[in-house]
Amino acid sequence: MELYDKPLDVKEIFSRWLDEEAESNYGAYIPFVGTIRAEDGIEALSFDIYEPLLKDWFDKWQVRAKELGAIVKMAHSIGDVPVHTSSYISAVFSPKRRVALELIDEFVEDFKANAPIWKYDIKDGKRIYAEDRSTPMSGSGLLA
Amino acid sequence: MVIVEFLGPIGKSPIEIEADTLLDVSVKLKEDATLVHWLEKCAVAVNDTMVNDLTMALKDGDRISILPPVCGG
Repeated sequence: MELYDKPLDVKEIFSRWLDEEAESNYGAYIPFVGTIRAEDGIEALSFDIYEPLLKDWFDKWQVRAKELGAIVKMAHSIGDVPVHTSSYISAVFSPKRRVALELIDEFVEDFKANAPIWKYDIKDGKRIYAEDRSTPMSGSGLLA
Repeated sequence: MVIVEFLGPIGKSPIEIEADTLLDVSVKLKEDATLVHWLEKCAVAVNDTMVNDLTMALKDGDRISILPPVCGG
């Protein structure tokens, strides 16, 4: 897992990941790129990350992938990321395509629902919590 | 004393409170009107492990994280 305090250099990271696994005998490599779209007048998105829990979440996914003979990789930005650049990329490597296709779907969806990351819109220089697009994590409301 | 930290958009500095269980933490936090609407949608971690049991016993120095709704990517 890689965290950067700037937009992701997508080509460099994917290229490096490909090199890292070049001799690992994986038959499938499925990357996912999240690009920030210009919509609702935003200039950028901005992110807070709670790193200890994100690492824990990611480690559990690495264990699950390993059970299927696969590995997952991801990179995310912290702070402001302008439109038309990337804040999140991930990838699955697996011996055969079916495992990787299914795993990238589950991994990205669980990432959206349970990775401890908070998103803000940057609009007119203000940082506004993207509350309506955010999902309560598992177990929410315990203290209510 | 335990430490309660409020992550992401809650925008509140950490506080120290007396609490023997998470139920005690709940009672204390609900005294703050600005937190009540957050608590309904926040998950909880103790010492960086997600928890789901209000009766969980706490010890001196435990760190409780209040986690609002997330949206990565």
